[in-house]
Amino acid sequence: MTPAAAMELAAATNENLANLSNTLIYSAMAVYTLAFFAYITEWLFGSRSKVGRTAAALTAGEDTGRAPAVTVQKAGGTAVLERPKVVTRAAAGARDVPDGPGAHGGDVQGDLYGRIAVSLTVLAFLIEFAGVLARALSVQRAPWGNMYEFNLTFSTVAVGVYLGLLALKKNIRWLGLPLVTSVLLDLGLAVTVLYTASDQLVPALHSYWLYIHVSTAIFCGAVFYVGAVGTILYLFKDSYESKLAAGGRPGRFATSVLERLPASASLDKFSYRVNAAVFPLWTFTIIAGAIWAGDAWGRYWGWDPKETWSFITWVAYACYLHARATAGWKGRKAAYIALIAFACWLFNYYGVNIFVSGKHSYADVG
Amino acid sequence: MSNTSTDRTDRTGRADASAASATAEDREDLTTAGSQLSTAPQEDAAPRDGAPNLPALGVVGWARWFWRQLTSMRVALILLFLLSLGAIPGSLIPQSGTDPTRVADFLARHTTLGPLYEKLGLFHVYSSVWFSAIYILLFVSLIGCIVPRTWQFVGQLRGRPPGAPRRLTRLPAYTTWRTGAEPEAVRGAALELLRSRRFRAHAAGDAVAAEKGYLREVGNLAFHIALIVMLIAFAWGQLFKSEGNKLVIEGDGFANTLTQYDDFKSGNLFTTDDLEPFSFVLKSFTGTYERTGPNRGTPRTYQAEVAYREGAHGAERRRTVKVNEPLEIDGSKVYLVSHGYAPVVTVRDGRGEVVHRQAVPMLPLDANVTSSGAIKVLDGYRDAKGVKEQLGFNAFFVPTFAGAGKGEMLSQFPALDFPVLALSAYHGDLGVDSGLPQSVYQLDKKNMKEFKDSEGKLLKKRLLPGETMKLPNGAGSITFEKDVKEWAGFQVTQQPGSGWALAGALGAILGLAGSLFIQRRRVWVRATTGPDGVTVVEMAGLGRSESAKVPEELGALAGQLYDLAPGAPPAGADAPPAGPGTAEAEAGAAEAEAAPGTGPETDTVPEPDSGKPTPEPPAVPAAEGAETK
Ligand code: HEM
Repeated sequence: MTPAAAMELAAATNENLANLSNTLIYSAMAVYTLAFFAYITEWLFGSRSKVGRTAAALTAGEDTGRAPAVTVQKAGGTAVLERPKVVTRAAAGARDVPDGPGAHGGDVQGDLYGRIAVSLTVLAFLIEFAGVLARALSVQRAPWGNMYEFNLTFSTVAVGVYLGLLALKKNIRWLGLPLVTSVLLDLGLAVTVLYTASDQLVPALHSYWLYIHVSTAIFCGAVFYVGAVGTILYLFKDSYESKLAAGGRPGRFATSVLERLPASASLDKFSYRVNAAVFPLWTFTIIAGAIWAGDAWGRYWGWDPKETWSFITWVAYACYLHARATAGWKGRKAAYIALIAFACWLFNYYGVNIFVSGKHSYADVG
Repeated sequence: MSNTSTDRTDRTGRADASAASATAEDREDLTTAGSQLSTAPQEDAAPRDGAPNLPALGVVGWARWFWRQLTSMRVALILLFLLSLGAIPGSLIPQSGTDPTRVADFLARHTTLGPLYEKLGLFHVYSSVWFSAIYILLFVSLIGCIVPRTWQFVGQLRGRPPGAPRRLTRLPAYTTWRTGAEPEAVRGAALELLRSRRFRAHAAGDAVAAEKGYLREVGNLAFHIALIVMLIAFAWGQLFKSEGNKLVIEGDGFANTLTQYDDFKSGNLFTTDDLEPFSFVLKSFTGTYERTGPNRGTPRTYQAEVAYREGAHGAERRRTVKVNEPLEIDGSKVYLVSHGYAPVVTVRDGRGEVVHRQAVPMLPLDANVTSSGAIKVLDGYRDAKGVKEQLGFNAFFVPTFAGAGKGEMLSQFPALDFPVLALSAYHGDLGVDSGLPQSVYQLDKKNMKEFKDSEGKLLKKRLLPGETMKLPNGAGSITFEKDVKEWAGFQVTQQPGSGWALAGALGAILGLAGSLFIQRRRVWVRATTGPDGVTVVEMAGLGRSESAKVPEELGALAGQLYDLAPGAPPAGADAPPAGPGTAEAEAGAAEAEAAPGTGPETDTVPEPDSGKPTPEPPAVPAAEGAETK
């Protein structure tokens, strides 16, 4: 084969891969949409379930805040019958509310749809993953050279984190609906506004630090996102619980949805752990970025807008962690700080790329 | 409150307590049990009426009050918040440190806002007084926080975990069973078990108290100390750093002295003696570029071959410098930051004598290296009449020309495929003697006159390598030689302290991991003889509010201890099989305000565990879903 023919063939392969990637992304969106409807169906069936209402009644009766403690079975398997059981109770001063039964509200059909939704999410995840892979092969580099690719990778990782937690048998199916909704938004934005056929990387991006720094940044963002969803739900559930505890009567819709979510304490703990778990990694991401900047631009830290906003995000999350250890700031106030911190992350991603110019602006829009 | 507690005597044999004081005692008891689970500073209880508890004392009192405030968690939180808030304007407003032209532009466009911003230091936020004030206060607060916390922690390491609270049932995780083993034996076994699980454990009265996870505190302190190390390293680097740029054409050299730099910046405490002596010669620059595919034009190789010497007389050594791979000489780093072309031109005067021959570096304007520059002939030139004059040429250069008639002088590719040099010619006074600094890449046309072509327009021409542009009326000529050199832009930086900053950063990550992943928790095991002579074992666990694994760990420990002190037969055939640990039993116990097995007076309480397992309803996992670690 002549070199020219080889080149042409290579170009054609790239073209084909790029087209394949686009097809896969659109297919993934279609399957996510199906998953979205399945989750909705799960919630709808759940709203009719008796168990849901029982849980509400249970909570409503306990406005003294002294609900029965929850029994935890430990040391799983058959050994349980031989062992003493551990009783847990909320820490002093905390509300003792049992977790809701989940979106299906104990309804068998609802549960079935929930499972279907998860299966569809898995399928969509695989398709999207293949789409990202095809994209990477077509541009012959890591698939995070511009915002379009970044969006694709981001949602893939976020769904991956969710499925990973599910695989670890964590009780987080409640996350499914908000997650898939935002993944659809994220992908919609990607294929319309942000779509970039292909583009080049500036020499500064040619480094193994690209893989380290950018991949951890995307991963942290995805996990922070999951934490932020938990935080928002916590805020809703917490005001619902306070209202009940004060003898109030939340609206029917709010009751139907919120009574099926985990207790506010559980949601709070969930978001704390998610945020706390990635905070060291986020710290690492910033430091890795500084080292890379030191190699590529000759200075470790130059207060470039992207660097500045990473720093702001970092300090905001440190604020959140501190707030949880500070009397008078625990709970809702800390939760607001967590949301501000995530907003900083979002701004760093979209806002800085779109509104501010700096060395990082190769992350082009459209 | 149930009245059953009025006739109860506590374990120490003290006389009856009223219900109210019993609860108060309980609370205190629990507070003690949970005390010092961290070294976070005690919060001053804010007075209810909202008035701050201001000191009435003189200067010392105020100073002490101020220090207390500064080192409190609340103020640390506010300072952190201010730090992130304060960093924002610097990302939105142009900064003179990074982009002076945009600052000038901003000042020109905003005549009212500009000076105001200037006064507030908003064009150099990160070195402004107010930003410095925030982080200096934060770090004073940090030091004021670390020192007492360290002492407190040392105290905790010297001391022992607090003894068991009277009512273990009130703790977040609790379990109990009856056993045939003697209480002393159970306590001994518990002590051994806990120690083998790396708890710090000791026997206190009828119970064993144990604690684990001290490394959390170590990690947390290490993290905060690492932050200080990083800040000091960073400040040190800022004060002593230097950064200069130099454009070097192939074949030319550079020696590290101030005068050789094209531009140079340094920290406040930097002196020129700090410049390390070294020199290098750019042997060649190699750039090859992707020819096809989606990455067409992306550099494949992009590197400078240099020969360098350390010190004045060091041996010559060869190195390749790439974008992400600087040349390191002692504390200096030489970065490859830019690249472009330098076409060689020859200027002849009216008599045909060569007055100027030079490789002229051109500054790239885009990714395909469309470049612009200026050619200045300062002296030696005489016009057709033999009068001394200066010449100037505006130059555009493209390494890959699109072809005649195909639009603008815009390069199609970064490699030297079809180089074209476009020139326009001027003569007169270049203005370099005026004393004002002047860019070598731009002509100051104030005192220059255009050379005219036959139509009376500015004389300009596109030249291929080897071609010549004649100046009108025998004023001479300029030739684009068949030689285009490449140049490389180097940045030479010295940033002392960066090693320390890196060490601090790594320490911070490790410390953080310890602080966030390790859980500090306490376990108590009480073994006493019940009213019927059978031993009652109670275990309870306590952690910080986020600690997830306390119940699970307690369960595992209880399982192991249970194997060593197995369950006794039920207390009586007709004893209610109220499984300990079920919701009902727990609620009942709480109701009765008394713990099982604490003394002979506890018989009003539902009998503690029969030891026999009761079939359990499917358990609701408490907060299990929240797990991430
Ligand atoms: C430079 C700014 C600071 C940063 C970035 C920072 C960051 C952090 C982080 C990330 C944690 C981990 C939180 C956790 O364990 O859940 C933490 C904990 C802590 N910080 Fe800071 N901190 C800073 C300044 C301070 C200051 C000035 C104080 C003193 C008042 C302080 C006192 C503490 C304490 C006591 C803890 C442990 C809280 C606990 O036991 O949970 N920090 N800090």
